[in-house]
Amino acid sequence: MTEFNKNPDREWIKQRLIGASVCVLFVFAVLFFRLIYLQIIKGEEYRLLSEKNAVRLKSIKPSRGLVFDRNKKLMVDNRPSFNLKIVREDSGDVEETVEKVAKLIQVPFQELMDSITRAGKGAFYKSVILKNDISREQLAIVEAHKFDLPGVHIDIEPTRHYMHTKTATHILGYIGQINRKELKSGNYPNVRSGDLIGRYGIEKSFEKYLRGKRGGRQIEVDANGRTIKILKTIDPVAGLDLNLTLDLDLQKTAQKLLENKEGAIVAIDPDNGDILVMASSPSFDQNDFIGGISSKKWKALMTDPGKPMINKAIQAEYPPASTYKIITSFAALEEKHIDVNTTTYCPGFFKYGNRAYRCWKKQGHGELSIIDALAQSCDVFYYQAGVKTGVDALAQYARGSGLGKKTGIMLENERKGLIPTSIWKKKRYNESWQGGETLSVAIGQSYNLVTPLQMAVLMAAVGNGGTLYRPRIVKTIEDSHGKIIKKIEPQITGGLPASKETLHIVRTALLKVVQGKRGTARGIRLKNVEIAGKTGTAQVFSIKKDEKIKTEDLKYSLRDHAWFVSYAPAQNPVIAISVMIEHGEHGSSTAAPIAGALIKQYTQDLSTEETLTE
Amino acid sequence: MFDRRLIENFDWGFVALILLIGSMGLVILYSALTAGQDAGVVHVLFKKQMIWMGTGFTIMMITVMIDFRDLDKLNLFIYVLCVGLLISVIFFGEIGGGSRRWLLLGFVRIQPSELMKIALIISLSSVYSTSVSQTGLNFRKLINPVILCTIPFVLIVKQPDLGTGLLLLLIAGSITLFVKVERKVFFTLAGVCFAAVPLVWFALKEYQKLRILTFLNPDRDPLGAGYHIIQSKIAIGSGMLTGKGFLKGTQSALSFLPEQHTDFIASVLAEEWGLVGSSILLILYFFLLLWGLNIAYNCRNMFGSILAFGVTIMIFWQIFINIGMVMGLMPVVGVPLPLVSYGGSSVITNMVGFGILLNISMRKFSSK
Repeated sequence: MTEFNKNPDREWIKQRLIGASVCVLFVFAVLFFRLIYLQIIKGEEYRLLSEKNAVRLKSIKPSRGLVFDRNKKLMVDNRPSFNLKIVREDSGDVEETVEKVAKLIQVPFQELMDSITRAGKGAFYKSVILKNDISREQLAIVEAHKFDLPGVHIDIEPTRHYMHTKTATHILGYIGQINRKELKSGNYPNVRSGDLIGRYGIEKSFEKYLRGKRGGRQIEVDANGRTIKILKTIDPVAGLDLNLTLDLDLQKTAQKLLENKEGAIVAIDPDNGDILVMASSPSFDQNDFIGGISSKKWKALMTDPGKPMINKAIQAEYPPASTYKIITSFAALEEKHIDVNTTTYCPGFFKYGNRAYRCWKKQGHGELSIIDALAQSCDVFYYQAGVKTGVDALAQYARGSGLGKKTGIMLENERKGLIPTSIWKKKRYNESWQGGETLSVAIGQSYNLVTPLQMAVLMAAVGNGGTLYRPRIVKTIEDSHGKIIKKIEPQITGGLPASKETLHIVRTALLKVVQGKRGTARGIRLKNVEIAGKTGTAQVFSIKKDEKIKTEDLKYSLRDHAWFVSYAPAQNPVIAISVMIEHGEHGSSTAAPIAGALIKQYTQDLSTEETLTE
Repeated sequence: MFDRRLIENFDWGFVALILLIGSMGLVILYSALTAGQDAGVVHVLFKKQMIWMGTGFTIMMITVMIDFRDLDKLNLFIYVLCVGLLISVIFFGEIGGGSRRWLLLGFVRIQPSELMKIALIISLSSVYSTSVSQTGLNFRKLINPVILCTIPFVLIVKQPDLGTGLLLLLIAGSITLFVKVERKVFFTLAGVCFAAVPLVWFALKEYQKLRILTFLNPDRDPLGAGYHIIQSKIAIGSGMLTGKGFLKGTQSALSFLPEQHTDFIASVLAEEWGLVGSSILLILYFFLLLWGLNIAYNCRNMFGSILAFGVTIMIFWQIFINIGMVMGLMPVVGVPLPLVSYGGSSVITNMVGFGILLNISMRKFSSK
């Protein structure tokens, strides 16, 4: 290596370093002059602005998307709400001001202070909510005393309005203030403390579409926090509207039919899986949640034995009872243990091991084949079919028919029910499967559990020739100009594990349930429409063999649950319905008439619509 | 192993300058923390920063002990090690603020992209020290440096941390221009950069585009970056000549400023200490940079000269970008202010850099 010291390269590098130093000097001169400009030339102006803290940001809430039914009837709207707020920085003595406010609007002082504390330390110059959604009277009083209340102001902001009280409550859901944990979770970008977010139903599952985008204003305020000048505005973007698959009129009828009862109704369009009706009873009033629900009301909702906060259509699991005979029929026919002509004699009981299992009809059904056995719901026939098929094969057909797993509806907390197998029992109870239990499974009275929605999906598939659809609740999502942003297409999840012949046999039997001379649901026949269906009576409490208790004498909570699942018209169905009435005792007397009424209304509506369009 | 001449040549003045700026930084940081946080948090954060400073100082002294000429020999090893760390960030990195930047090594969380800056400077200095010529570098001689830059750049941008990635390019570009390129190379590179602008634009994330657009026109985002810049300017301007006094800043106390203990800390200084205080810091920084360039000037070893220039220019860009940003001369990017902003990674990297400068300064007479 040459001696760098005497190297001409070294002199050259030195020259370049001097050049670099000049560059640095130049840059620092620029920074320095910028400082002088800001602090000396503009200093006075900025000092003034900083003393007043005059430039503020004010956010403008977006209005949430609207919700319509399938016929574009408005279900959820927005209305203006008067929200009382305070900017602590402008308020002087905050406690004194809040005390005045509390007296004026007759709200406990502590409640208002709590709402300030919740906003946290810092951000004294920001608006903090004192009370959301005050009444017009309260508004008038506050406005009248405006000059006594420095820092207090009222913002008119859009808030939710559920137009039809207690209608589709569990589907629409409600909104509530975001809490700290949710804010921290990072799942809600662009949401700030004090904002309302969907907490239940589609308000929650479609939150990101409904929410919209916050806007804001840069404003200059005076010493009391009143706006002097709007500097800049960014308009909020309204949330997207949802078009549901629900039929509002039918939903209302369903809700009325459920009044004073506990249970659920689901109606589906068999051609695409659209949910036409989903009702759960008892219900609650979503409008109670808007300004923040009072703890008294919340407690009442949570302790109500009828569990009004639960959407029984998807969250409650019931024994399927005799409606499960549809599955047992699939399994026995497909596994060729029986065929359409196989007959069984029903003397009113079935001997298995050293026990006699009873048929619901004590005197027995006599000799019958599968079509009559299903139509008359003969237990003995299905005990036999079940024994031949075995529990694990039954489970396989149940799963194939969509039971024991979630349907995939876009609502939260859907339950998947339960389809027992011998392996399941071993795992769950560490006991091996008993042959007698298979008998109970075959008639749907054992460990099996299903949701009303699962049964509706199953009936829709039986009705449409075997296609299982994922139930759809939202059809399209569009912006406020009506432009479709997202379309949710019908989605096929599978096919029933039943051949054409098997399906034909089952459908013939289901038709006989209503239209046949000895059908269990004869009472709901309609003039113009043929209905196919199946009744079910799920035991809540088993009456011992020798006891003679009239069910009417039983305590309400021990009475049987009533099922009716159906589709209509039988040949080319437009609607599939599942009705579950808790403690309704008999499917034929309490559940079936509800389905009948809905089918009547829906098919009439359709035919009048057709004549209108023709 | 330790030559007595080395201790005689130890650059006490430079260390004093670093300590002076560091102390000033701690005072400003204390005020910025007090304004924005609860008392308990202030205590914890301040203590943490003190520990970082102490650790950084120790690392600086360790760096001094290794002869910088060994760095020349080890340059490829250091480079590969850092690239290895960057790659392992992709697989094992911790996620924070939407990107994967940190690596947990035992108790310490390190940010490999920070170390990469130093490693790249060493490697480039090593390559250029043999290829430098007064006529400037031609295309062939630029192949290796370009490869050296591209690998870490891509890895860092993938994290994604575009700010650090671009800082890396700025540093590498400055060093390259410093050792001079041929005229035609210069214009070709300038042309390529110009042509690349639209390509880069498409590769940027939506929020990154927005930031650049906001810089060009602050009115675009009056509720976000635009608002922060306005508040920062109000804070600085309202400091006027002598400032509002220690802990008396109102803009910061009312938390008008975002990230006031990291990216916007210079606004707190300007508000509370006025033009006087800010000028003092600017002058100290200016001395620091001149000192660094002077070390390069006095070094008799080409590698050492370029290395000293590279480290100095790294410090320079951080200062310029940060202060430029808070005064509204630069887009809002998260580059910390050396020795002042809160944050461990930045303290350690800069201290290593200062260690290298001291190292070169001490051994300036060694030419081999």
